[in-house]
Amino acid sequence: MTPLLSVQGITKRYGAHIGCADVSFDLYPGEVMGIVGESGSGKSTLLNCMAGHLTPDAGQVVFDTRTDGRRDTITMSEPERRMLGRTDWAFVHQHARDGLRMGVSAGGNVGERLMAVGERHYGDIRDKATDWLGRVEIDASRVDDRPTTFSGGMQQRLQIARNLVTGPRLVFMDEPTGGLDVSVQARLLDLLRGLVRDLGLSAIIVTHDLAVVRLLADRLMVMKSGRVVEAGLTDQVLDDPQHAYSQLLVSSVLQV
Amino acid sequence: MTEYNFAYLDEQTKRMIRRAILKGLTIPGYQVPFASREMPMPYGWGTGGVQVSAAVLTPKDTFKVIDQGADDTTNAVSIRTFFQRTAGVATTTATSDATVIQTRHRIPEEPLHEGQILVYQVPIPEPLRFLEPRESETRKMHSLEEYGLMHVKLYEDISRHGHIATSYAYPVKVEGRYVMDPSPIPKFDNPKLGDMAAIQLFGAGREQRIYALPPYTQVVSLDFEDHPFEASKADHPCGMCGATDSYLDELIIDDLGGRMFVCSDTDYCEARQAAGHKGKDAA
Repeated sequence: MTPLLSVQGITKRYGAHIGCADVSFDLYPGEVMGIVGESGSGKSTLLNCMAGHLTPDAGQVVFDTRTDGRRDTITMSEPERRMLGRTDWAFVHQHARDGLRMGVSAGGNVGERLMAVGERHYGDIRDKATDWLGRVEIDASRVDDRPTTFSGGMQQRLQIARNLVTGPRLVFMDEPTGGLDVSVQARLLDLLRGLVRDLGLSAIIVTHDLAVVRLLADRLMVMKSGRVVEAGLTDQVLDDPQHAYSQLLVSSVLQV
Repeated sequence: MTEYNFAYLDEQTKRMIRRAILKGLTIPGYQVPFASREMPMPYGWGTGGVQVSAAVLTPKDTFKVIDQGADDTTNAVSIRTFFQRTAGVATTTATSDATVIQTRHRIPEEPLHEGQILVYQVPIPEPLRFLEPRESETRKMHSLEEYGLMHVKLYEDISRHGHIATSYAYPVKVEGRYVMDPSPIPKFDNPKLGDMAAIQLFGAGREQRIYALPPYTQVVSLDFEDHPFEASKADHPCGMCGATDSYLDELIIDDLGGRMFVCSDTDYCEARQAAGHKGKDAA
């Protein structure tokens, strides 16, 4: 089986400071990879390098494209990379406001990616948008409302719908549950788990919340100071952490 | 005529503007940045159009200015007088006699012919501006032909109003490449943009952009398959000349709800009246 995404030796420096250093891993179709670590450990830098938002100083991000097979997305031309960004890839921001157009209705937000890839039939776009709102548990009657009138959890679900409408194969998520209260978090996680399983999505989830990776991720990487200190199956890493930092991380979780 | 250089601007500035115009003509619809000058009038009064007109005028030209189709409104009168004084060119109100026509918000009803230049005053040249505030991003979108966002605006129109409610500054695609703001002309005028015999130049003074359409350029108004573009106008004949094919202004004539519809193109209306056409409100 060929990996969907193959990351080799990704390094990003901010001057003398290391963002992330020499990160390599393979992600297979249908697999969910979690990246955990404390603030400033380089997990967001790594995610942005992989998603093409930042250019790494060294390394390769090889993606198995639908048309041309395996391609290094870093050396790929910008139009190709941006095309990938609105078709096969999706990016869920921590703050829904970063990923949504707040001045555009929910339907328009979901439809934007469809129109960006050339859909020009209003009725079809609207039907698909309504369908996707239903899938993320937003009432169809809200299709013409702006996201500013939505609650935080709804905005986050809208952002997910907007990203998944073009049927991407790989989803990057940056702290998708950050800033939501626990009951809303639980519902969102439930929804995400369902979507990932139903659609056979591959996903890379960056978070500092171990519960999120426990629920969603098949595999886990623990990062500290820009480097991967431990990687393995989620249960294995969380139940039997080997590295001192992983042990600290796992033991830091409050038990209620 | 001793106190001003011909057409107010100095020769170097006119050269710079002509260069921008030529570049604009070679890449139809592309916004060419230019070093817009301070003009002796406020921004929003047509400083971009005036600079473009100044750069293309020659002493033999006949100049016409219209504002919302009319030759006799403040803006039109002041710009016409400006070039009378600084360039000494002949002026006219007859569309067919003019060689350079500066316009705000309209295209004349009478079809233009080869050899004429139509200069538009443009407030905001960037069609994507209200959807994407970052200039760096809109430039990238133009260069990569990412125009999905433009349809989001039309989508919003339909979802809110049931039809495409954008009625002026209706976005167009030029020669299948650049999406362009045709300046705030009514969408009724959009079909005239394409395949026009005259040269069309667009000047935005405050925003420092010039763009252009060479003669006989393909210009398509954006739309959806199930909501096609429609060039709309008030569904009335002109009250003065009876024309049914021209763009109309609605005038409130008393405080009892009285109103009349008249051609916004005064030259067209007057020519028709002179030829004996009469509308129902004509005295």
